Amino acid sequence: MIDAPPNPYEPHEAIILERIQEGPNLFTLRLKLTDQKLQDAYEFEPGQFNMLYLYGVGEVAISIVSDPEDSHIIDHTIRVVGRVTKGMAKLKTGDRIGLRGPYGHGWPMTESKQKDVVIVTGGLGCAPVVSVINYIEQRREEFGRLNIVQGVKHTADFIWKDRYDKWRELPNTKVLLAADVGEALWPWHIGPVTTLFDQLGFDPENVSVMMCGPQGMMRVVCDHMLDKNVSASQLFLSMERNMQCAVGHCGHCQYGSMFICKDGPVFSYEKIRDLFETKGF
Amino acid sequence: MKPGYYFQSDLLQLLLDNLLRDGYTCIGPQVRDGAIIFDRITSVAQLPHGVSDEQAPGSYSLNHSTTSKYFDWANGPQAIKPLLFAPREKLWQSAQSVDGQISFKTSEPDLKPMAVIGARACDIAAMKIQDQHFLQQQFVDPYYRARRENLLIIAVNCARPADTCFCHSTGDGPFVDDSVDSNGADIVLTELQDGFLIEAHSNQGKKILKGLPLHDSTKQHLEESESIKSGASKQNRQLPKFDIKSRLFNELNDEAWHAIATKCLSCGNCTSVCPTCFCHSENDVPELDGKTSSHYREWDSCFSQGHSYIHGITIRSETSQRYRQWLTHKFASWFDQYGRSGCVGCGRCITWCPVGIDVTESLAHFEERRRD
Repeated sequence: MIDAPPNPYEPHEAIILERIQEGPNLFTLRLKLTDQKLQDAYEFEPGQFNMLYLYGVGEVAISIVSDPEDSHIIDHTIRVVGRVTKGMAKLKTGDRIGLRGPYGHGWPMTESKQKDVVIVTGGLGCAPVVSVINYIEQRREEFGRLNIVQGVKHTADFIWKDRYDKWRELPNTKVLLAADVGEALWPWHIGPVTTLFDQLGFDPENVSVMMCGPQGMMRVVCDHMLDKNVSASQLFLSMERNMQCAVGHCGHCQYGSMFICKDGPVFSYEKIRDLFETKGF
Repeated sequence: MKPGYYFQSDLLQLLLDNLLRDGYTCIGPQVRDGAIIFDRITSVAQLPHGVSDEQAPGSYSLNHSTTSKYFDWANGPQAIKPLLFAPREKLWQSAQSVDGQISFKTSEPDLKPMAVIGARACDIAAMKIQDQHFLQQQFVDPYYRARRENLLIIAVNCARPADTCFCHSTGDGPFVDDSVDSNGADIVLTELQDGFLIEAHSNQGKKILKGLPLHDSTKQHLEESESIKSGASKQNRQLPKFDIKSRLFNELNDEAWHAIATKCLSCGNCTSVCPTCFCHSENDVPELDGKTSSHYREWDSCFSQGHSYIHGITIRSETSQRYRQWLTHKFASWFDQYGRSGCVGCGRCITWCPVGIDVTESLAHFEERRRD
């Protein structure tokens, strides 16, 4: 008999090394696969995701936020939005969960070398690009100007102030923050994130724009960038859809000719443009 | 048709006996609850002898046939799909120990050999599509694979397509057209007035043929078969001739989607009976022992509310959006993913739609609108 291939649907056990409360409904789990061989062999690219399993409840797709070079730990920042994440929020250091991955195609890091980089995130959508910023930080001289733009609805949604402060100190880097609704003690811009765009520093001919967040926001960013003569092939979006299997079988993330789990979650705008502009896909 | 072998109808039981003797679980068509369904058989007496089906949009009924054939009907709601891609099955089980450790155990796929008799050309074509989806992509489904490797298929060419059939226009029927060793049917039968023409399409099929006292087919047999084929190719429905793929994607905001949606109940019957639909959901069921939890998958439908749900948002909240998702996938983006349309012309979605939505009419609507 032929050796049965591994079951692509089955998770592996991981232990929570640390749990960090990032905000009212946001927490980070720092994980390690308990099978040391699996942990040693674990490799991923910024932008890829794992399926995390809460015992007795189910699985959920979560992007990886740690640095790919750090082989000791796998970080996930999770927002409480549903049954699984609500349960996961109650886990503590030392608790075990299931993990399988990494899945999908991440951000175009190699292709973006020697280029300016614009990172635009909205809402709490910043997590999938944290690994990009870390990646560039580690290899700062290999990239051009770095622009980090984050928009939030309410100022209370803003997390990771320390990180933004740290990123602001990086050489050749701009950090721009905006809140749709201003409140007391918000020192940055008030208004839609696009109103900050005139302050960006990049060469339209030589830039990678990476974005993540609500589809409406990404659409506005794409329109703006196209107006500035950035080619659609240089605009990259991290897409989100219902995912249950993460291996291109279950059909929930089918998006035109693609499955977001295995052909994405990061796509160039050029590739998804037609469907992206149609509601309900 | 090439000359081949022929056997008398009364030898059909011998074929079944040989399969059972060789350890196959035999699955075949039979009448249950007013429909032809596929389940275990041990005797030809269980086959729908002298039965034919009457199908129309939203309607299915069985009648006495004018012939005394076993396979004088088109199809029932299901055939091969549930045998390979189980409607519900356990993928793995997790266990949590007292100190909180979690262990996982794969649910072993079923490895018993199974033989299905009576599958149609459309069913074979659909299975090849599911093979592509579950076996020939980046990830291989071990459950589908185990069953597929253990499935022997004895197909029967269609002699009497239903009013809802349009396999001739998709190029998938009414006769099984897979060449020998194309990894489709193992044996193909054509039912004549008093017997069957039999052809082996695989080595396994050849072995089974050796166990039967066969005669060479005669010129008359082949003529009868040809006339059955040309008769069965005359079908009442067909796919429209225009370039469906580009037309659908050019008309994503067309009024037609809303017009169809006013009838559509979003019930998902069409996707349940479709032999190529592969969507499934996964869910965890904690066991009553409190120590283990079982992870299942079951068929899902793009017509369900939950299919496009993501953290508080339902991407396709409107029925028109769900129908568009289904139709554009099946008839358009399927080409990019699997090199052909996802429709094999079996007509099941037309028959089993409770409000009788006809997919060929839905498609034709986009052609008519262009002429406006």
